[in-house]
Amino acid sequence: MKRKTFIQNTTAAGILTGIGGLGLLSSSFKTARKHITILHTNDVHSHIQPFPVDDAKYPNLGGVSRRYTLIESIRKENPNTLLLDAGDIFQGTPFFNFYGGELEFKLMSKLKYDAATLGNHDFDNGIDGLNAQLPHANFSFISSNYNFTNTVLDGKVKDYQIFTKDGVKIGVFGLGIELDGLVSKKNYKETKYLNPVEIAQEMTKKLKQEEKCDLVICLSHLGYSYKHNKISDLKLAEQTKDIDLIIGGHTHTFLEKPTIVENMIGKKVLVNQTGWAGVNLGRIDFYLDEENNISADGIAIEV
Amino acid sequence: MKLFLKASCIFAVSIFYSCKDQALAVAKIEGEEIQVTDTISSNAELDQFIAPYAEHINKEMSTTLAYAPKSLSKSDAKYNTAIGNMEADAVMEMLTPIFVSRMNDSLDVVLLNYGGIRASINKGDVTTKTAYNIMPFENEAVVVKLSGKTMQELFQYLAKNQTAHPLAGAQLILNADGSIQKSLIQKKPIDTNLTYYVATNDYLQLGGDHMDFLAKTDTVINMNYKLRNLFIDYFKKKDTIAPVRDQRFIKLEK
Repeated sequence: MKRKTFIQNTTAAGILTGIGGLGLLSSSFKTARKHITILHTNDVHSHIQPFPVDDAKYPNLGGVSRRYTLIESIRKENPNTLLLDAGDIFQGTPFFNFYGGELEFKLMSKLKYDAATLGNHDFDNGIDGLNAQLPHANFSFISSNYNFTNTVLDGKVKDYQIFTKDGVKIGVFGLGIELDGLVSKKNYKETKYLNPVEIAQEMTKKLKQEEKCDLVICLSHLGYSYKHNKISDLKLAEQTKDIDLIIGGHTHTFLEKPTIVENMIGKKVLVNQTGWAGVNLGRIDFYLDEENNISADGIAIEV
Repeated sequence: MKLFLKASCIFAVSIFYSCKDQALAVAKIEGEEIQVTDTISSNAELDQFIAPYAEHINKEMSTTLAYAPKSLSKSDAKYNTAIGNMEADAVMEMLTPIFVSRMNDSLDVVLLNYGGIRASINKGDVTTKTAYNIMPFENEAVVVKLSGKTMQELFQYLAKNQTAHPLAGAQLILNADGSIQKSLIQKKPIDTNLTYYVATNDYLQLGGDHMDFLAKTDTVINMNYKLRNLFIDYFKKKDTIAPVRDQRFIKLEK
């Protein structure tokens, strides 16, 4: 993948170019720097095995077993890695039709996923079908804008979760798409959909201001963007603040590189999505520093 | 060299102490998409874990349900196709007894969508996999009650689109200029004083393929019967799957 530097005026870059050759400063700088890797998938849709070699679109791509090898090699490189999924784990191959999602959850547990949010297709066997598979999942489900009171999922899905890696606090919350019209009522039952922008504002206030998270990640199944007015990841990024990264799904959008959006206070937010079916794995690396080592708008984004 | 190392350590420690109360902030972000190709080796343990699930599915999928003496494809013909007729007729045949017993009324028309025929049926054994191929989605059969006036909209939709949407229980003949020459329901002209029961799937009823007329109803009956399962049951019931193209939807030459 080609990488392009959008801004590069950090203190780090300044030091390196300014006193280049004086290894003393740069090496001491490195010891203070923290490195967090976020790996992510979305809309895997029960694609456990790679596509057939004669597939018209994705010949011999994807597969959980290869993804495992890839993730393990990245974890070796940086143990401070989070693995997340943005929903629609279910539906798309007979593995789901035959086993109802059991194998998907068991494999995601073996891959040591940290958390997933819920997509509309995760309700395809009804909220009861989803609930029945939860014992197979050794990872969290996070959804902030679905209210599951009066459903079997009450208390089983988190509003948010804070992960601490190498002393870095990472707050993760989840946003789901409006179910009415996409999923039949008999499948989602009493699940209440709440306004994603309002919930995002609540969550960022909680995670950034109260919990003082160093990074805030939104796991979204809203969709990347729409022609009409429907809320999407791009709109959400513009209408909120204090989100560092939106990991999206639903629209099966293949991006060459993460999209950079300016939020409501002019700060940059990354929006990423990895197509679908496990064809790609998304990787975002955050390098954090003590605040006074960074100039005002000094975030270098290389995507 | 030794001295240099020591100096750098001290420097690092001093920075650490002077900054320990400072909050962390993002200095740099990198992002990329990594394609999962066959250059990444698979994990033997995981492969072994998946294998029994895959074997069971393959075994079930290869169960022979019927025989197709000829290959059937939705691109075989215009306006109506053998495979589309088979799908619509299967829905009519399998759904009618359930509908009659539940509603004490008869089913008039079946309408599905051309785009919903997701694969061809190859000559030879028709298996469970065939049913998954032609209908990979979970859509269920629904029946809607439509007014005679709305049935006219249904025919106008077909006349306008001129697409071989699977149809049963009705006949539509278009003139060479595309206008409607004849439209029949159960062999009779539309009676605008009557209401009709039309079977379709939940996707189309909810506005898929812009068949908006399917939403103009106060009665939607979910048959709780997945179309794929319906086709599996239909294949099991038949020895031979040999549908033909007929006159149910045609356009006259002149």
